[in-house]
Amino acid sequence: MPQGDYIELHRKRHGYRLDHFERKRKKEARVVHERSAFAKRVLGIKGKMFAKKRYAEKALMKKTIAMHEESSSRRKVDDKVHDGAIPAYLLDRDTTTRAKVLSNTIKQKRKEKAGKWDVPLPKVRPVAEVEMFRVIRSGKRKFEMVSSTAKQWKRMVTKVTFVGPGFTRKPPKYERFIRPTGLRFTKAHVTHPELKCTFNLEIIGIKKNPNGPMYTSLGVVTKGTIIEVNVSELGLVTPAGKVVWGKYAQVTNNPENDGCINAVLLV
Amino acid sequence: MEVMDVEREVSNNNSVMCLLTDPEGEPLGAPLYLPQNVGPPQLQEIVNKLLNNVEKMPYAFYISDQELVVQLSSYLQKNKVSVEKVLRIVYQPQALFRIRPVNRCSATIAGHTEAVLSVSFSPDGLHLASGSGDTTVRLWDLGTQTPMFTCSGHKNWVLCISWSPDGQHLVSGSKAGEILSWDPQTGKQSGSPFLGHKKWITGISWEPVHLQAPCRRFVSSSKDGDARVWDISLRKCVICLSGHTLAVTCVKWGGDGMIYTGSQDCTIKVWETTQGKLIRELKGHGHWVNSLALSTEYVLRTGAFDHTRKAYSSPAEMKEAALARYNKMKGNASERLVSGSDDFTMFLWEPASSKHPKARLTGHQQLVNHVYFSPDGQWLASASFDKSVKLWNGITGKFIASFRGHVGPVYQISWSADSRLLLSGSKDSTLKVWDIRTHKLKQDLPGHADEVFSVDWSPDGEKVASGGKDRMLKLWMN
Repeated sequence: MPQGDYIELHRKRHGYRLDHFERKRKKEARVVHERSAFAKRVLGIKGKMFAKKRYAEKALMKKTIAMHEESSSRRKVDDKVHDGAIPAYLLDRDTTTRAKVLSNTIKQKRKEKAGKWDVPLPKVRPVAEVEMFRVIRSGKRKFEMVSSTAKQWKRMVTKVTFVGPGFTRKPPKYERFIRPTGLRFTKAHVTHPELKCTFNLEIIGIKKNPNGPMYTSLGVVTKGTIIEVNVSELGLVTPAGKVVWGKYAQVTNNPENDGCINAVLLV
Repeated sequence: MEVMDVEREVSNNNSVMCLLTDPEGEPLGAPLYLPQNVGPPQLQEIVNKLLNNVEKMPYAFYISDQELVVQLSSYLQKNKVSVEKVLRIVYQPQALFRIRPVNRCSATIAGHTEAVLSVSFSPDGLHLASGSGDTTVRLWDLGTQTPMFTCSGHKNWVLCISWSPDGQHLVSGSKAGEILSWDPQTGKQSGSPFLGHKKWITGISWEPVHLQAPCRRFVSSSKDGDARVWDISLRKCVICLSGHTLAVTCVKWGGDGMIYTGSQDCTIKVWETTQGKLIRELKGHGHWVNSLALSTEYVLRTGAFDHTRKAYSSPAEMKEAALARYNKMKGNASERLVSGSDDFTMFLWEPASSKHPKARLTGHQQLVNHVYFSPDGQWLASASFDKSVKLWNGITGKFIASFRGHVGPVYQISWSADSRLLLSGSKDSTLKVWDIRTHKLKQDLPGHADEVFSVDWSPDGEKVASGGKDRMLKLWMN
């Protein structure tokens, strides 16, 4: 920190260095880089104070720039000519555009084709066939260690199934899929999503198993299956006055692990 | 006054007592005994004689709003009308000429690069103009059915166009709120734009030529809530009619010199034109007023031109001829006004006499987009978004028939010059011609690729022009 005026005295006597002004200008230009390096490197309370000061500076700078950019002439805001010209009687009306309607119908058709409905569990983990069925050996030599004569075309379903009340097994010699009675269920615990209470309702049938149509026809109940339950005890009535006795529900647990079928009603 | 000498038999089979009345209810002569084998042709002769017509005019006869097409005897038998009471037969003059229904598209003219928003024939039927979303107004040559002039100058979509009743000027209003006037002979802009409105123009109407010839003033309505009266020779706004709180959707200049404006604030205001003062406010609608129609509208639009296609040399002559036509059309009654609204109903008013409506016309199931009186003022047609067109009695407002056939909202309607045919254009891209006598569809005119926004029937009845979203202008002929 120079004390005294010897610098000014020297300047008065000898003038400036030949490159003084250029060096000064370049040093000032480098201040920007130095400041940014400082801002990056500084730590602690010093850093916080600097950041605060710098932020205030930036805000002020933005305001002055915006003020300069404001023009004094007021132009009309909407100058562009838009597409989709409509006559005057349609201008204030909010009609759905044809494209939107078309895309909606196409989406609806796609949904119907794909069978994707608005259900609580849209995606479920796919179950492999090896997990679903266990190979049952049959035939005279079924217990041999290495036997080529053992037949292995029978399968036993390892998941919970539902068979209807009038179910009769096929002759055991010919039945391919064995559905063990221990894994057959007739009732499900169905929760109403809005009322939040659970009822023990009888299953009427299996509507769809997401793993495939074969499982649907077999009556296998896994997580995500849509089942039809008897809701007559809930006392629901249609707007026309008819009593509703069957509704769809989606299974929400893995019944083979829990020993019961939990489902949520699709309203 | 001649009285028909007929056999006066006491038995009921042979004659019936009839009283001929005109559409307003005034009787023509005394009740007459007429034999029951009398039909419309004989009744026509009687009326012609009683009115002392020099030339035989055609008439249509109505008994309790049902048209009489057969002999009286069959009518009496079918409807079991008692012959003890006097039978009132209403006669209605029909147009001398008969317009043939259009049934084929004679030309599809491309030219516009965006949707065609409005088409209009000139009052003499010689020129056709169309305004479009590509900001141009195009004039089309009707003889060769090709484009003639392209008038550019607007900054945004051209929403409304209007011909002056003497055919000398064409003005167009745009979405940017400016109005430009064009010379139909050269296609060039005739003067500077009329600026003043702040939002888009919703309607333009000219002062009738029988009030002032040559035509000078016209009124324009805009979304910004006011209507302005402009003078085309002074090229500025002379009066600003402000008072509506929401957009003014339609404006009509009446034959008695009053301006009617309908607005989204559910009211209709009646203004006088010398100073721009509000005369009356007609309240009653529950929602936006979409469209107004005057009973003399067709005569005001065509001015002095009629089916005889006479050309007038001087403005004074034109004014006289127009005045004669207007008085004949108006008769003794005052002008009737009908307003169609978003509240699915229409009101029939007689604004000169009272501020209460004369009748409320209900029946539509969706908003009423366009109402139009027939050229002779006897009928009223309304187009609605419920895909139907309804026909009403133009004097009493009683419902007559409903025309169903469109599969999309009906946007605009237009009458043929003889009031026997009605044309409607709809969102489903078809135009349909309806017969008023039989209340049935006469002709279906498909051909447009997209919605039909505007239709117009030329005053000489030869051609129909229609334009829509597919950017084509179609001309239909017989």
